[in-house]
Amino acid sequence: MSLLLDLFTIVAVSGGLFFFLAGTVGLLRFPDTLTRLHALTKADNLGLGLIVLGLLPQCPDIVSALKLVAIWALVQLGGATASQLIAEFARRGGGER
Amino acid sequence: MSLAVDLVMVLLILTAAVWTILARDRRDAVIAFIVLGLLLSLVWMRLLAVDVALTEAAVGGGATGLVLLRACARLLPVEADGALPGLRLQVAVGVLCAVVGACLAAVILSPPEPAPSLAPAVAAHMEDVGLKNPVTVVLLAYRALDTLLEKVVLVLGLIGVWALAPDLFWGGRPASLRAAVPSGTLTFLARVLPPIGVLIGIYLVWNGADHPGGTFQGGTVLAAMWLLVMMADLGDPPETRALRLRRLVAVGPALFIAVGLAGFGMADGFLSYPPGYAKPIIVAVEVALALSIAVILGLMVAGPAAKEPDQ
Amino acid sequence: MAEFLFAAAAIVLVLTGLGLARMLWGPSPADRMMAAQLLGTGGGAIAVLVAIAGDMTAVLDIALTLALLAAFAAVALTLGEPGSKRRGGEE
Repeated sequence: MSLLLDLFTIVAVSGGLFFFLAGTVGLLRFPDTLTRLHALTKADNLGLGLIVLGLLPQCPDIVSALKLVAIWALVQLGGATASQLIAEFARRGGGER
Repeated sequence: MSLAVDLVMVLLILTAAVWTILARDRRDAVIAFIVLGLLLSLVWMRLLAVDVALTEAAVGGGATGLVLLRACARLLPVEADGALPGLRLQVAVGVLCAVVGACLAAVILSPPEPAPSLAPAVAAHMEDVGLKNPVTVVLLAYRALDTLLEKVVLVLGLIGVWALAPDLFWGGRPASLRAAVPSGTLTFLARVLPPIGVLIGIYLVWNGADHPGGTFQGGTVLAAMWLLVMMADLGDPPETRALRLRRLVAVGPALFIAVGLAGFGMADGFLSYPPGYAKPIIVAVEVALALSIAVILGLMVAGPAAKEPDQ
Repeated sequence: MAEFLFAAAAIVLVLTGLGLARMLWGPSPADRMMAAQLLGTGGGAIAVLVAIAGDMTAVLDIALTLALLAAFAAVALTLGEPGSKRRGGEE
């Protein structure tokens, strides 16, 4: 059982790392501000989400597990509103000089 | 591998720090400074200084960026008038910063061997205070005077900010923090986040007695929530003459000083706590300090009064 | 398991660190802010990985604080917008 859980952790965390890779590559390679923003949100949602999911079986106690979920939920809220604000900012031309 | 991680961190920090200085646009420099704060928080985590990492995460993430970007916005109309600092002033500021940096580097690069440490002494007497977080024990018991003076400095800093207001505006409201263009997203965030943020702020203060956390971290989080509400135009900055506001500013340091003076009668002298009551006293002082810190930091970001007080 | 999680934290650090190139290239402040945003999320990921791997639950509070304040830098960016905020604020 514990082997299975460990395997789950390794797969999920590796998946999270992949989305961080995707976010970074997109942020560096995509051609304009809004597409880069699109890449960034993948790291917010899936990168951190999968890492948190993978860590849940490894939590020493229930409070830590709840905190992990709270961290993920807060990053969802913060990441979604932040990218919306950055997009509004960029579209108003605040991004350009 | 740990050496490789350290090298990566050093490289990233140097990149952010150098870019903060070299960036031509002021706003770009502030963004690099925010990045630097995030990286420093990770470094403190790596050094196992969780309390400091928490402070850096709260102050760097919630307060510094706001205060600096607001300063940028304030400078725009000044710059439009062409009132840029002259070359001589720029060079003088650069030289002074370099001197301060060099002095700090000299101190840090030549530590005494072995490094002096009072950690064993603190660990041996932890039980006398009744708290489990050694950082809080040092800050509020053994070095309480330093902490008290630090909070008084915050109050003096706020008075300094207020003093920048023209006579006409004294006691009035600071300029509104509301965002340039109304944004539904921002309003949404300012309605959803503060209840959670206030809870986390209180948790950090309460937790500080026995685990990493404490007044400054909690107070900064509370201040950030208040600022978010003001930026989303759900509440204006209060009049700086309001009595209730000024009481909140003073309550933390005042209670701390009162406790300190009570030490003459009830214990061994200024800022010593009667045996057995150390923990409740420290927690009460921490709560009051967190309130004051939250209000002071919020008001510092809001800035000096910019309107005539209401009649 | 702990070693794998520490290694994962190191990889997140390197990846989000590479993202800082966007902070240098820009071209717009929005692009630069995205690098900070990615580093903030990455910092949260690093903190949760280290907290569980090293069994230091206090480190979770760092991640919690970073997550709570995740949007603040982006919110602050709108403060620095030229021509509107200050004049709007003075009335």
